Amino acid sequence: MTFVESLTLFVLVGFLGYELITKIPATLHTPLIAGTNAISGITLIGSVLVAGSGRSTLATALGFVAVVLATINVVGGYLISHKMLRSFGRRGD
Amino acid sequence: MTRVATGVGPAAGNGLPPDALSFVYLVSGVLFVIGLRRLTHPRTAERGNLVSAVGMALAVGATVLWFEILSPLVLAAALLLGAGVGTWLALSVQTTDLPQLVGLFNGFGGGASALVAGAELIDGVSVGELSGLSPVVTGAAAVTGLIGAVTFSGSLVAAAKLHGISEDPARYPAENGVKVVLAALAVALGLSLLTRTTLGLFPIGEFVSPYWLLLAVASVLGVSVVAPIGGADMPVVIALLNAFSGLAAASTGFVLDNDVLIIAGTLVGASGLILTTIMCRSMNRSLGDVLFGAYGTSGSGGDVADVYEGTVVSTSPEEVAMLLEVARRVVIVPGYGMAVGQAQHAVAELAQLLADDGVDVAFGIHPVAGRMPGHINVLLAEADVPYEQMRELSEINPTFTQTDLVLVIGANDVVNPTAYSADPSPIAGMPVLDVWEAETVVVNKRSLSPGYAGIPNPLFEMDNALMLFGDAREAMQAVVNEYQRNR
Repeated sequence: MTFVESLTLFVLVGFLGYELITKIPATLHTPLIAGTNAISGITLIGSVLVAGSGRSTLATALGFVAVVLATINVVGGYLISHKMLRSFGRRGD
Repeated sequence: MTRVATGVGPAAGNGLPPDALSFVYLVSGVLFVIGLRRLTHPRTAERGNLVSAVGMALAVGATVLWFEILSPLVLAAALLLGAGVGTWLALSVQTTDLPQLVGLFNGFGGGASALVAGAELIDGVSVGELSGLSPVVTGAAAVTGLIGAVTFSGSLVAAAKLHGISEDPARYPAENGVKVVLAALAVALGLSLLTRTTLGLFPIGEFVSPYWLLLAVASVLGVSVVAPIGGADMPVVIALLNAFSGLAAASTGFVLDNDVLIIAGTLVGASGLILTTIMCRSMNRSLGDVLFGAYGTSGSGGDVADVYEGTVVSTSPEEVAMLLEVARRVVIVPGYGMAVGQAQHAVAELAQLLADDGVDVAFGIHPVAGRMPGHINVLLAEADVPYEQMRELSEINPTFTQTDLVLVIGANDVVNPTAYSADPSPIAGMPVLDVWEAETVVVNKRSLSPGYAGIPNPLFEMDNALMLFGDAREAMQAVVNEYQRNR
């Protein structure tokens, strides 16, 4: 992608995000933060490539730390979000 | 086609068409969007979270399979370690400690993005020159490093504050001067990366030293901005850091030319920025005021009791129980005091008893009650309060005139009528809950000390207000016991 194509994606998804998020009730804002937090762990993809490239010791070490941090972010974020949302759903029906 | 990192992991693809990976990323992006859409209602939200997690698993799994992993043991060890630690932290945490854990995880995402961008720069640098890299890559890496490192260090400080290590704002001399100098230094280092020049100061070298210096400066900046911010402003900080972690990921997407990082990161960035705006508006304060304003210095509190002397009427759990028996509509207004006192189970029990007796019960929850957006709602949900009873400020305010009894538990500034006064005050213009419009208001607080804004609350001396002094949990439990005895 060219820079402008990436920028186009960024701007359009920004508007999409605005439309999506403004519809989420205040009651769910903490699970929303936990869940989006986990989504921001998407940077794990980049971390995986750096850690797996095996190029230099330094890159591998950086990648190792990045993968650990991002995986904690992803796994922990989804789990605590799940935990909170389950307590909302429990009495809802 | 998605390039994903210059020279990192030669594209293998196992004979699949080169667009296959991009296609998987598209599916992941769609799953993230669907997951967020389902968060619009508590009933569908749990499944929405799972949909989002599937999107993540798909994106990561496809990446691992697509590229040739030259050090599989290192990667597997890191993934297992991260998953283990994440699971352990998430499963062992108490509900009351959730906000700080969310803050901590947030920081990890930002930190990971900053490290990835750094590794990418080191990979692209040749004989101490950055000229082989495009300004898009070096510029985006600089942005990632700045936002990622601020997110990392700022989140650690925020998590420590939420954990109660030091709730008080940590003030230091020439605060705003320090912040401006650090920010300027970070931007200068970022520009040196963008222009791929050294500015004659720092050799690029094998390890791209300006980038790591940028990370160090940005980390100190994150600490210097978050440390002076007081507890009640934490919802703004948490929301903003949430946005930053997303923007750092989106920016990493520009570095790696990877569209799923841009999609996912931008969604998170938008979410965090909207929450930041909502939180600021709920306090009628600007973001600049929260980050740079000298607010929240804990009020001296010494002579405050004198302000009210003789005009405040205190009550007892027995009297509150009697008032509840004759009430037909009760609104409970919980604040951070309920969370601190861990009174949510006693409060939920009381609400359940009242509902069982046919009383119309609702919870009026101010957007900035608690220490992060939606904090109080999570505590109540965990205590089995149905979400239908949780009302937002705009919903609950018109109903106070038809309410017999309002029970304010550990809230102060959000029920302060001074907000409507034309006189200048820290909370002037802030949307508040109009509890005084009810027949009777019972305020449970430990003392008459002022709230975060450091100003007295005229509500306490109103004719229809009664003070129930004491620890939130003990007081609520006493009310529950009295109410049950008389049933």
